[in-house]
Amino acid sequence: MSFLKINNLSVDYQMRKETVYAAKNVNIEVNKGEILGLVGESGSGKSTVGNAIINLIDEPGKVSGGSVVLGDLNIHENSESIVKYRGNKIGLIFQDPQTSLNPILTIGEQLIETIQTHLKLSKEEAKNKSVNLLKEVGIKDAEKRFDNYPHQFSGGMRQRVVISLALCCEPELLIADEPTTALDVSIQSQILELIKKLTKERNLAVILITHDMGVIAETTDRVAVMKSGDLVEVGITKDILTNPQKNYTKSLVSSVPPTNKKISRFVIIDNENKDNKLNNIKILNRWQKREIKIQDLVQVKNLSKSFDDNFFSESSKNSVMAVNDVSFEIKEGETFGLVGESGSGKSTIAKIIVNLFKPSSGDIFFDEVCITKIKQKSELMKFRKQIQMIFQDPYSSLNSRLKVKDIITEPIKLHNPNISNSDLNSYIFDLLESVELNQKSADRYPHEFSGGQRQRISIARALATQPRLLVCDEPTSALDVSIQAQILNLLKDLQEQLNLTILFISHDLPVVRQMCDRIGVLKDGKLCEVTNTEVLFVKPHHEYTKELLRLMPKIESIYE
Amino acid sequence: MQVDNNSLTTWGRIKDSDIYHNFIKSPTAIVSSVILFIIFFCSFFVELITPYNPFDPSSLSLMDAFTPPSWTEEGLAKFILGTDGQGRDMLSTILYGSRISLIVGFSAIIFSLVLGVGLGLTAGFFGGKYEMIVMRLTDVQLTVPSILMALLVDGIARGLISREMHDDMAIYVLIFAIGISEWPQFARVSRAATLVEKNKDYVSASTIIGVSNLIIMFKHILPNILRPVLVIGTIGLALAIIAESTLSFLGVGVPPTTPSLGTLIRLGNDFLFSGEWWITFFPAIFLVILAFSINLLGDWMRDTLNPKLKK
Amino acid sequence: MVGEETSDEERAELRETLGLMDPIHIQFTRFVINASQGEFGISYQLRRPVSELIVERLPATIELVVISALIALVSGTLLGVYTGINRKGFLSDIILAVSLLGVSLPTFVIGILFIYLFAVILGILPSFGRGEVVDLGFWTTGFLTISGLKAIILPSVTLSLFQMTYIIRLVRAEMMEILQTDYIKFARARGIDEKSIKYKHALKNGLIPVITIAGINIGTLIAFSIITETVFQWPGMGFLFIQAVQFVDIPIMSAYLVFIAFVFVMINFIVDILYYFIDPRIRVKGDSASG
Repeated sequence: MSFLKINNLSVDYQMRKETVYAAKNVNIEVNKGEILGLVGESGSGKSTVGNAIINLIDEPGKVSGGSVVLGDLNIHENSESIVKYRGNKIGLIFQDPQTSLNPILTIGEQLIETIQTHLKLSKEEAKNKSVNLLKEVGIKDAEKRFDNYPHQFSGGMRQRVVISLALCCEPELLIADEPTTALDVSIQSQILELIKKLTKERNLAVILITHDMGVIAETTDRVAVMKSGDLVEVGITKDILTNPQKNYTKSLVSSVPPTNKKISRFVIIDNENKDNKLNNIKILNRWQKREIKIQDLVQVKNLSKSFDDNFFSESSKNSVMAVNDVSFEIKEGETFGLVGESGSGKSTIAKIIVNLFKPSSGDIFFDEVCITKIKQKSELMKFRKQIQMIFQDPYSSLNSRLKVKDIITEPIKLHNPNISNSDLNSYIFDLLESVELNQKSADRYPHEFSGGQRQRISIARALATQPRLLVCDEPTSALDVSIQAQILNLLKDLQEQLNLTILFISHDLPVVRQMCDRIGVLKDGKLCEVTNTEVLFVKPHHEYTKELLRLMPKIESIYE
Repeated sequence: MQVDNNSLTTWGRIKDSDIYHNFIKSPTAIVSSVILFIIFFCSFFVELITPYNPFDPSSLSLMDAFTPPSWTEEGLAKFILGTDGQGRDMLSTILYGSRISLIVGFSAIIFSLVLGVGLGLTAGFFGGKYEMIVMRLTDVQLTVPSILMALLVDGIARGLISREMHDDMAIYVLIFAIGISEWPQFARVSRAATLVEKNKDYVSASTIIGVSNLIIMFKHILPNILRPVLVIGTIGLALAIIAESTLSFLGVGVPPTTPSLGTLIRLGNDFLFSGEWWITFFPAIFLVILAFSINLLGDWMRDTLNPKLKK
Repeated sequence: MVGEETSDEERAELRETLGLMDPIHIQFTRFVINASQGEFGISYQLRRPVSELIVERLPATIELVVISALIALVSGTLLGVYTGINRKGFLSDIILAVSLLGVSLPTFVIGILFIYLFAVILGILPSFGRGEVVDLGFWTTGFLTISGLKAIILPSVTLSLFQMTYIIRLVRAEMMEILQTDYIKFARARGIDEKSIKYKHALKNGLIPVITIAGINIGTLIAFSIITETVFQWPGMGFLFIQAVQFVDIPIMSAYLVFIAFVFVMINFIVDILYYFIDPRIRVKGDSASG
């Protein structure tokens, strides 16, 4: 007999045109002392299920059917009664610890209030309980920090406070909704360890909602896979990951970049983009394909960049070194990876290379010309044409007021003002087809496309000037894993056929392993080591690299 | 996600948009637009609407003075809303006045929109010391209530321009005075929106391609910040019309020779105690309906176009 | 003080005594030195020392503004919180519709309507002036007589209405936004009582910006008192100022502006101090993001 039983749970949203099901007839059971992973891509309804259990759905959505049984209590009997189980029987953790806590109440006040809401304890007893709890979740100096405000804690510590708040009334069910997505790898593993530990010690039933298959593999006992509001399959994590039954699960698992080996292409099982072969790159005949000389295309020499923390600060004491004396080379035709956690300075380096920022000191040479010291605009334009960039956020990287046609026209016309209209149109079509979009796309606006398609438009725009160097700043981290696989395949194809040099920036080690020939590891603005990809993953040299590799969630851990 | 019927015309897009649906579902939005359309039409084509020209002395007769509205016992059918102390038909006078008020209101708001958006956009885009100076200026200007600012400008203008000149110049002084007191709102909103847009990757992409700053500002950023500006502009129009009438009421606005709504209310106010209530009541109620309709529309726009916008 | 019949010699003589023939920078230096000593010269129009006029008129304006500020802030905040929390009530809809109407009603129109209704038709409240005032030596107050209290009702309500509706809308928007935040959702998920969520968690955060509003509010009220004082012929500084503008009476205008500037600086200063005490994010800085 399972502790939590979700029967035929449905949630729908009444929209202008139709009723959208965010979840439809979902059946899930969770036992005590067990972590159930709820996995799916964006829009799969996984968070909706988590929120629906305690009936906390944002308007205009509502739970339209089904029951939730906790122990022998039917907690969905009426929507009023559910309130008294929140926090008491069921604890919930949200994704972003930065916004989960009330900024003007101390964490102590928030703990005591929550405890006294559900348990009959005096203020003194509640405080003792809170302090013990803070210790349990790993907050040092708990007595002192009890009176601190949320902004005085770092992100990881805040998530610990959030966990202590979720657990302070001894709930038996814990729902964690992407609890580590907003955190760095090293903090992520600490928080996941904490959740595992608490599950055992307190004999909790836990639902862990995530999109990360590595986290699922390392943390959960059983897993439920969701897609567009439907439950695809449920089972023991190992069975699902090693021997998926349903097509969707198969494609999901095969899209996850492996951490232990390099594969040439991702296997796409999805039926949307049926061709799994190399795609036909139409712009090839326009491309002035260069012979790859054995040479360094980019040389970064002693690069430093500091940002003044505060405009009004008297001295440079407050200035933060985002990049600190970094040197490396990118060979022509290779894919060079830069990895690091947030704040490591990897994006700053990218922005200096594409000349969005000026370095504080140091130089960058492109094709043996120092591009950081160019003053003349016409001279700079020559290099702008050769260095292009793809960005992380597919939504903000396209101007929503322009048609796709106009977005792609801009770079073409700027660097080739005399192009004829017919030539321009055929060039646009060729570019679109090279990134596997049809010609009709040209007349549409960006909002009519999905994230993955937008990223393709972004690539088409970057290729329009026929660059030699393509800087990709986390190009897939905003995308679902199956879309990520398609985009990564596309980038590989383009590079191979167009002899592109790629600077690939990511925090995601498995992705970097699949894409890069050589990798530089960054920490706090400093370069730890630069080496060949296989060497880095098999025999890392630097302590920090070892740490990163140890902590990254590995889908293969399921075989151990 | 992809829409299949991609051969949508512009009108088709409009009809399919949420804004359009929101509009036809909102009675307040429809009613206020209709009222505004009628007011704008009647004010700008007043010569076609009314048989009287209240500013043509030959058509006036003091015999008609102080005629009450037509539905009262002493009322005359030819003067629907009665006449004032000089025998001018109230309805035509109000419509002529409304035209002056609208011209001043629109001109002032366009003036402050161009000034404010220009400063806000460039400040947000270029940043640095220039931005700091512009924003300081905005802050200072914001703490000075608009009505005080307008009074000040008007006071200075009176000091500089001779009395005869002043009556001719009054309307321009007024437009300038109101415009100069409203620009900080536009500057603040457009700067904030520019800062958001500037940090979006499509702007970086254009820079990397090599597009010049000027084109980035006007082709890329400007269209993306227009929504909040439009909302502020609509609400600002109501404020500008109220400011105009307030200044005219205080006697420092439009002179009585070409009265605006505020001037009419001031002139009529003298007759309030002697029982000729309609001379001040109808211009006042007309002004309130005008401002209220604009505010209703602005309120609806704010909720529809950008629900997150504050202030 | 210069009428149509004043002769040219008289005008010249007057200019000389008023120091208007001196170069601008000397006039300005003299103005600054005098102003810092509370000396603003002599009014062109009323031929009395400006400082004397200001001191005489100050109490009337201060009493009017203080009463209006209290009405606007208290009722504006209360109604704003109510409509922000009860978003879909009948009463909320009414309050909102009325508040939108309030923003559309020019202050002078409200004043005229009130005068017509309460003074002309009903005849229960005075239509102009301050009523009987009691001279306390340094201050004249209308608060100590029945007629004084009756006289302040209409002007203060008139003056506060526009600000009140403005505050309602601001507070409402603030409350609605806060009720959508993650920390409110998290508090709900912890089963915190709905009352505590609304009146403790949301309200405390929602009231922080009210301090700024209150600051701006008082400044705006002083400016708008010009209109109210004109409509009700209230013998305060605003009434004095508007007459000065019409007659280009520069000493009074400049004295009034110095006074306004002084008030604004004080308000900003007080608002900054209040923020320091109320918002922990400003008060407790330093070791943020430590461990």
